[in-house]
Amino acid sequence: MDAVIILQAGVATGTVLLFATLGGIFSERAGVMQLGIEGMMLLGAMAAFSVTVATGNPWLGLLVAMLAAGLLSQIHAFITITLGADQVVSGLSLTFVGTGIALVFGEQLSKAGVISLIPRYTVPFLSQIPFIGTIFFTDHSVLVYLGYLLVPLASYYIYHTRPGMHLRAVGEQPSAADSLGINVYRTRYIYVFICGLFSGLAGGTISLAISPGWFSELTTSGQGWIAVGLIIFSQWDPTRALVGAYAFGALRRLVLDIQGPTILFGMRNPFYYNPYWGFFLMMLPYAFTIIVLVIGSYSAMRRRLGAPAALGIPYIRGERGV
Amino acid sequence: MTDLAPVKSNNRFPFQIRFEPRLGELKWWQSLLISLIALIVSLLVGALLLSVVGGNPWKAYSHIAKASFGDIGVFSDTMVKAIPLILIGLACSVAFRMKLWNIGAEGQFFLGAFGASIVVLIPIVPDGSPAWVYISVMALFAMVFGALWGFLPGYLKARFNVNEVISTLMMNYIAVAWNNFFIYAVWSEGGFQMSKMFPRAAWLPRLTDFSKQIPELRGLTTHAGLIFALIMVVVVWFLLSRSRWGYEIRLIGDNPKAANYAGIQIKKNVILVMMLSGGLAGLAGMSEISGVVHRLQGAISPGYGFTGIIVAWLAKLNPYLVVIVSILFGGLILAGREIQPSGIPKLIQGIILVSLIASDYLVRNRVRIIRRTED
Amino acid sequence: MTNNSDQPTEMQADTVVSMQGIVKQFPGVLANDRVTFTLKRGEIHALLGENGAGKSTLMNILTGLYKPDNGMITVQGKRVVFSSPNQAIAHGIGMVHQHFMLVPTQTVTENILLGLNEPRFRLNLSKYNAIVKDLGERMGLPIDPTAHIWQLSVGEQQRVELLKILYRGAEVLILDEPTAVLAPQEIEAFFCTLRKMTSQGKSIIFISHKLNEVLQIADRVTVMRRGRVTAEGVNPTGLSIKDLAKLMVGREITFDVTKEDVTPGEVVLSIEDLVCENDKGLPALRGVNMNIRHGEIVGLAGVAGNGQRELAEVITGLRKSTRGKITIHDRDVTHTDPRNHIRHGISHIPEDRHHTGTAPNLSLTDNVIMKSYTHAPISKGWTINQVAADRYATDLRSAYNILSPTIKTPVRLLSGGNLQRVILAREISTQPALMVAMQPTRGLDVGAIEGVQKLLLLQREAGAGILLVSEELDELLALSDRIYVIFEGRIVGEVMDKDIDRIGFLMCGTSPDKNEAMGEKND
Repeated sequence: MDAVIILQAGVATGTVLLFATLGGIFSERAGVMQLGIEGMMLLGAMAAFSVTVATGNPWLGLLVAMLAAGLLSQIHAFITITLGADQVVSGLSLTFVGTGIALVFGEQLSKAGVISLIPRYTVPFLSQIPFIGTIFFTDHSVLVYLGYLLVPLASYYIYHTRPGMHLRAVGEQPSAADSLGINVYRTRYIYVFICGLFSGLAGGTISLAISPGWFSELTTSGQGWIAVGLIIFSQWDPTRALVGAYAFGALRRLVLDIQGPTILFGMRNPFYYNPYWGFFLMMLPYAFTIIVLVIGSYSAMRRRLGAPAALGIPYIRGERGV
Repeated sequence: MTDLAPVKSNNRFPFQIRFEPRLGELKWWQSLLISLIALIVSLLVGALLLSVVGGNPWKAYSHIAKASFGDIGVFSDTMVKAIPLILIGLACSVAFRMKLWNIGAEGQFFLGAFGASIVVLIPIVPDGSPAWVYISVMALFAMVFGALWGFLPGYLKARFNVNEVISTLMMNYIAVAWNNFFIYAVWSEGGFQMSKMFPRAAWLPRLTDFSKQIPELRGLTTHAGLIFALIMVVVVWFLLSRSRWGYEIRLIGDNPKAANYAGIQIKKNVILVMMLSGGLAGLAGMSEISGVVHRLQGAISPGYGFTGIIVAWLAKLNPYLVVIVSILFGGLILAGREIQPSGIPKLIQGIILVSLIASDYLVRNRVRIIRRTED
Repeated sequence: MTNNSDQPTEMQADTVVSMQGIVKQFPGVLANDRVTFTLKRGEIHALLGENGAGKSTLMNILTGLYKPDNGMITVQGKRVVFSSPNQAIAHGIGMVHQHFMLVPTQTVTENILLGLNEPRFRLNLSKYNAIVKDLGERMGLPIDPTAHIWQLSVGEQQRVELLKILYRGAEVLILDEPTAVLAPQEIEAFFCTLRKMTSQGKSIIFISHKLNEVLQIADRVTVMRRGRVTAEGVNPTGLSIKDLAKLMVGREITFDVTKEDVTPGEVVLSIEDLVCENDKGLPALRGVNMNIRHGEIVGLAGVAGNGQRELAEVITGLRKSTRGKITIHDRDVTHTDPRNHIRHGISHIPEDRHHTGTAPNLSLTDNVIMKSYTHAPISKGWTINQVAADRYATDLRSAYNILSPTIKTPVRLLSGGNLQRVILAREISTQPALMVAMQPTRGLDVGAIEGVQKLLLLQREAGAGILLVSEELDELLALSDRIYVIFEGRIVGEVMDKDIDRIGFLMCGTSPDKNEAMGEKND
């Protein structure tokens, strides 16, 4: 068990969470809660895998995954933005529908053989840096590098561009944005769609790069929900999302790897000799999500800041008594 | 800049559909009708999707109907599936009334099953105890363990404002791993992933157990968990609509600020309601263990915890309607096992929930068709 | 009405805006009924009317927020149809809403740049900060462009709102009740700023229901009542307050409130050195001392946002104090929960009827028993005696003249005045020892205001102590036996003789007689 290898694998696994969390940040910054990420991810994973099986082109698979999840997200958009329904229940129902569609269409996929995956790449020079080079720049899927790019881009977009400013305004004070001619409804539709794209990307990243294959519901095994937790932990900030996602990725890896060696820290590895203790290890990522949530929520409470003010509240223009 | 042309009547269609906020209340039959329409629409959409993947929707639907309500035998099996749904539907109704999104009924169900099992497997009550001791202690333990599983997210919500949707969900995964540990490592029977069979005294009596006296009951699997469920329906109804506590829950659910202003302790109630909700879901776990499988094992839930959410929603959080809806969904779950592809029942459930929340728009707004008068 | 009338109409050349025959129907209400309104260049045109008369609707139509069902709007002689506020502002029409439309977590500059096409993509904030600062100084509206909105006072926020529309090149400024957030002395300065703007060629629509202000500032007045115009563009010179009031309300109204003589009894509430924080964790109260006796109405005057809301919340137990002591009838209730305050006979008419005072989707019955469901006869052991609750609701409904179809009707379907009566009925029926009334008449029409004031006076006669928090000075003067003035979380003075000038000075944080202010501020 090598810390560097675990961290390296953690970055890879964490990339899935990172994509999903970034998508959620965009949607929630616009004021639409996203509890449908799990369903959209599963749909994305299925779409990516099945298209790649059919065409042999993983990039096409990824594209279809994003579009499929993006399309699915629009159901949530319509119900919550246009119809003004409860965002919690709508998000849940989205997960049901996404999971259902994925299972129905993915019925035969588990029998599919080897497929071509998203290529891997080692960055010259950078990979020579001790530790860091191995962890971040050696033999990673191209998508992991995409993650490195997306975080600063998302950060810059949200805080330093005009559309980013509009996004923040729509999630904080939609009536103010509306009064200045920003189309609140359209903005929300767009960012819910973007969240769909990101969730689809996250799903495709699982089935085409990080842990390739289609294992029905176990493909995502709740990572979409962990991402929802990370959104809150991140305080809707892409950089904090990156930290959280990679930490979780490493944790997930650790849980798998810790059972391997016979000797752990110079002692007999209890998890090797008692394989059933692995069930407690399996609880760890979920328990940690709760702990991370406590930290995120508590700090938000203390700083009296945090969630976008209009998060979860449908915007209805022109209510009487303006 | 934009050139603002004078008003043009570019709509040739002489009528216009307009949605306006409803100013009055809905009659009970109106809201029932809206729910029914939503149900029918979702079945149609499901049919469409089924035919897309190459299935025959009408065959599938008639199969579901026959395999769940076709004769007294299958109906009895449907009722078996409906029992946990009723209890979990109640659990969700109680929490949702307060706008507490307890998505963790699944985990609370598993912990309830665990709690009921330890009564037999540790054992808590001595071997050879009479049935009434077994059953009542098991029910008590199941509710306590379920309530504990509800307490934690409730406490975190009250104390740190932790989003209960995610915490309850995470607790689901933990609950499954927890049960698995005991099934695999502690109580494994002969290398199988299940505990030993419970003694007969720890079984909830089934209808078939009385076939000696009444031969018609032979083979009918419906068990006494139904009595628990129906008692809980009345208890929950009474709590929600007649008690002071129910009033407080309603007030918090509608406007927490107003509830605080009225001197109601919101945090305490958040924890209590989560515990009640967890306890009801835990009781469902006991009834499944003690009434159906008679041992602790892995696959005891085909997603009852999640279907319960839809049940509660379709029943409009009304305890009595929960019973009816649970029976319908019990049938869907029962017949759904044989439907290919296997994702279909889940998909149909999802579509039903989607169209239900969409249909709420019609509850809040009315449709008016107006003749265009302008220009 | 023909479609191609886009050539300049034969109106005077100096007409900037003309609205003809505007109709707007909301579900259940005809908000604008064939309304006509014109605005000339460089004038201040007051739009006068009660709440709900249709002023805001008309202006929301002019700014493109609502679409009229019928009617024609011309700007600078050209017919226009605005489908969004952006189009209105492109034609030089900008509005400052009564409830500010600002994003609290963003800076002044960001708020001003919202919705504009410039900058295209990258926000070069340092550049725009300089531009905003410069504009503010030029217009007499100085502001720190890097400050976040939530850090600003209400008056400063108003400046941001004005700068927002001026930055967009507004020629027509619509101001909805702009003086509501200002102290009397600040109003003078504000009117000067407005005059300065009109001298630069800007035209101003001044929405108000305050008659004296309208007479003071307006060049012309248009009065609306129940969606219709009752006086169009009249010159206010020669008009009296009574004339305007009659146009506005449709009948003579009395401005005098008849008050019985009541000798105040013993002290109900006393507050010592009270300190608390606001929602942002900033100090809201910095050592408040006050007392209220039985049978008196004590007014609390102050510009909005100086700690009134926090004070009311601390007294009613909704907010925690960080220092100080609150006693009711010599019992210490500091740091206890709202239930304990209710038990000690404190009732509360909250500022925010919809979000704090009522549960909108619950029935009238459920709403009126909020404070009495724990006592017999409504409480019966663990349960609620529904028969008693319904009887209670029926009694209150007729006693307080609440217009609702049934007692089962959800209160969200009630009008503002009826909703306020629901709250009053509930709070008064508990026979409180102390009543904290926040803005009890805000947003009500004249008839309803009289009713509410009468109820408060009756409570005073019944021996209750009343803390009346209001931004309407006239109301405070008419009802109160004495008035405290609050400024930046401190009581800066107590006025017994209804000296409005002195109240005004105190509201601005300056004192006419230095000695007393020094004496009050010893902390």
